[in-house]
Amino acid sequence: MSETFDVAVVGGGMVGGAIAYGCARSGARTVLLDGADASLRAARGNFGLVWSQGKGKDMPAYAVWTRTSLELWPAFAEAMGSAAGQEIGYRRVGGLAFCVGEQELAERRDEVQRLHNLDGGRGPPVRLLERRELEALLPGTPLGPQVTGASLAPDDGHVNPLLLLRGLHAGFLRAGGVHRPGVEVARIDAADSFAIDCGASVVRARKVVVAAGVGTPRLAAMLGIEVPVRPVRGQNMVTERLPPMLPLPASALRQTAEGVVQIGVTNEEGTWDPATTVVALARMAARAVTLLPPLARARIVRAWGALRPMTPDGYPAYAQSATHPGAFVAVCHSGVTLSAAHAGVLAKCVLAGRLSDEFSDMHPARFGRGDRVHAA
Amino acid sequence: MKPDLLIVGAGPAGLAAAIEARARGLTILLLDENEAAGGRVWQAQQRRPAKDADDAFALATIDAFRASGAEVRFGATVWAIEAEATVYWSEAGQAHTASAGRVLLATGTTERPLPIPGWTLPGVMTVGAAQIALKTAGLVPTGATWIAGQGPLLLLYAVQALRAGGRIAGILDLSDPAARWTALRELPGALRTPSVLAKGLCWRREIARSGVPWLRADSLHAIGDGALKEIAFRTGGRDRHEPADLLLLHDGIVPSVQITRALGCEHAWDAAQRCWRPIADEWGATSLPHVLVAGDGAGVGGWQAAGISGRLAALGAAAALGRIDVATRDAAARPLRAARARALAVRPLLDTLYAPRPPALDDATIVCRCEEVSAARIREAVRLGCIGLNQLKAFTRCGMGPCQGRMCGTTAAEVVAQALGVPIARIEPYRLRFPTKPLTLGELAALDDGGGDWTE
Amino acid sequence: MFTRPDSGSIFFHFDGKEIRAREGDSIAAALLAAGERVTRTTPVGRAPRGPFCMMGACFDCLAEVDGVAGVQTCLVPARAGMRVARQQGAPPDEFEAA
Repeated sequence: MSETFDVAVVGGGMVGGAIAYGCARSGARTVLLDGADASLRAARGNFGLVWSQGKGKDMPAYAVWTRTSLELWPAFAEAMGSAAGQEIGYRRVGGLAFCVGEQELAERRDEVQRLHNLDGGRGPPVRLLERRELEALLPGTPLGPQVTGASLAPDDGHVNPLLLLRGLHAGFLRAGGVHRPGVEVARIDAADSFAIDCGASVVRARKVVVAAGVGTPRLAAMLGIEVPVRPVRGQNMVTERLPPMLPLPASALRQTAEGVVQIGVTNEEGTWDPATTVVALARMAARAVTLLPPLARARIVRAWGALRPMTPDGYPAYAQSATHPGAFVAVCHSGVTLSAAHAGVLAKCVLAGRLSDEFSDMHPARFGRGDRVHAA
Repeated sequence: MKPDLLIVGAGPAGLAAAIEARARGLTILLLDENEAAGGRVWQAQQRRPAKDADDAFALATIDAFRASGAEVRFGATVWAIEAEATVYWSEAGQAHTASAGRVLLATGTTERPLPIPGWTLPGVMTVGAAQIALKTAGLVPTGATWIAGQGPLLLLYAVQALRAGGRIAGILDLSDPAARWTALRELPGALRTPSVLAKGLCWRREIARSGVPWLRADSLHAIGDGALKEIAFRTGGRDRHEPADLLLLHDGIVPSVQITRALGCEHAWDAAQRCWRPIADEWGATSLPHVLVAGDGAGVGGWQAAGISGRLAALGAAAALGRIDVATRDAAARPLRAARARALAVRPLLDTLYAPRPPALDDATIVCRCEEVSAARIREAVRLGCIGLNQLKAFTRCGMGPCQGRMCGTTAAEVVAQALGVPIARIEPYRLRFPTKPLTLGELAALDDGGGDWTE
Repeated sequence: MFTRPDSGSIFFHFDGKEIRAREGDSIAAALLAAGERVTRTTPVGRAPRGPFCMMGACFDCLAEVDGVAGVQTCLVPARAGMRVARQQGAPPDEFEAA
């Protein structure tokens, strides 16, 4: 292939897929280099939350970035639905984080007070609901006796993450994007353009975006960007289809439009194995049954693990290379929530060759490794 | 209790392994999800009188197992196995667990799906299903019953059904017409297992004598509105329609790999039998040190070979656990190896005669029964960039239903392989995780001890 | 369909009908013996389904048994007085609190 693409995106998950879609939609000749079917893909393990609650406690810029994405989501969902050939199940119905017991409720109350100011004033604040208010909000939901309340973010919601991924890929192709699956990128060299060694061939592009999840550090280093990323495993499970009982998603419990109840989630360090463990499944089951006791009779039909790409502080890392102009890095573990902003704002920055100021605080230089590289 | 060897499956392989292991002094726990011993091949054997030497052998094995001192739990469905051979299972909705020195999987096979248009209609079942109905409930086919496909089980069932007083409207042979001739070259080898050959020929003759029509056919469709009413097929250059209220399909059996996949054992593609099987040495040792496999689940070889492989696995485990020395193990294994070679000698002939054919699916034919995903949707997903079954699952929900891909995995891989024009062995199969059988959240929650703190 | 000389003397209910079963029958086998091929309709397309593999692998023989939905009828022995109901789409609306 002798063509030199405008943009090459390495990584076909939520982040790479959204950026590639945004670039292709803007008219850039874009190639998406995607890994093998069995490669570690956080995108397939996603919970499906479109979520602002609890985000950016220690980094206001991230809270703002999250809100930016949330504002773009309704229009983005429609575009995705049209690309996927079916609506992708985006429901902006509000998002809950349940409290079990009096102590959790007290702690949440304090936290809600603190979060009030971090929002950037751009949206309705998170509200704490005591038990009675929660019951009024969810009249048909069989809440367990130990549920004392929940915090509610009114603009949060959920989506079918697999349909979202499908929409990104379909929309990308429809916009003229070139998809190369089954690719393992060995090296990226820079001369006039970037030469991406894909084993059997070399792909050339004027710009390159590395959005390879847990595989990002190795490739980013070749482009002069140090970004530490480690895997943090999250286990999930889903039930058989059940009658409607939970109209709003919660942080670790949601009922999909098909009636399936999805239950999560663990945060496990130190493993590269996306397997499930009985001890974790049992713990999540116990919590789910505490929240909604009738779930005790529901059957789990499937469980899986996925590896979150986690930076040292848990916040995203976006950077453009100072040594290799035109090279970018994007990694986060909230790929669903941020996909609207990635497809919109971030893709435009990539095409313009420059990350705007809203990304400064999310530069990996904050981790203090190697060169201090600031956004130009 | 920590048994030396925990065996999953009480069929010929599992029972033989238990008996051999007990004779070598190992403590055994055997789990089977059925209500009695026998697995599939010897299902409900104890409820029937022995009519031939094979039946007598089955009953003798079951008796020997009962007398062996192995602990057994029936109605026990294994749903997870973790490191150092910790096994989780359900009995009557309650979770149990045990750790063992080694775990031996003797879980047998499932039938290869034979997807045809209309195969999800009530009234379409597998030959294996009909055999289970015959053995456990005495049900015989009657009226407008058709059988279609190929393979030894199809012949055996037809004979069993006719002998039990059943009526069959016709048998459609869907095998490759050229297979008879290519199989001839395997005949010399197969003559080492003359009993199997003789049986097969007898069965064919018996069916012919019964007057049941035997037709070479293709393009089979199941037709009905809400349930099966008729079948359509092509035979002798003509299209035919026949009334049918029961259609029994069979296209051979394949190893059941749910558990070995979820464990992460390595598998190899068996080109002759067109299926995946776990990689194992002659002692049944897989790529995981604590996991052994035996019987048809390690590779289809018939019940005689299964029993022998069970004994070899038991010997291997006994030596690995230090109960017997290697010299004893090898001396005991020598005659078994020879017997196994004889039992397996007929396989190349059977594999060629009944060679599975890559399906040619109409776009509308359902591949994933649970999620009702058609071949057309799979082909569309391939156009969107799916190169394996895991991305396929993500894009179409194919394989996400309760059967966890048992019914659709082989077919989905065939469709993807054909669409991409690559060998089917290159198609990444479904990534499976425990639990491999459904269980309730209540049952799972009861296992939580409340300690540790790392969930949201 | 299927037939047998002795249909048994255990009785259970299926959608208002009395079904005969023998000792050792699974619910699915007894239903087939009685000519009942449909145990449910699917959640996705509301398509009728019934027993297919009879060995617990296909999950097509699901029905509601004594108030519990999603039961694999080929794996559960028929017992006298059982109430079995065809399962429509998703499990039925009464989802009793534990």
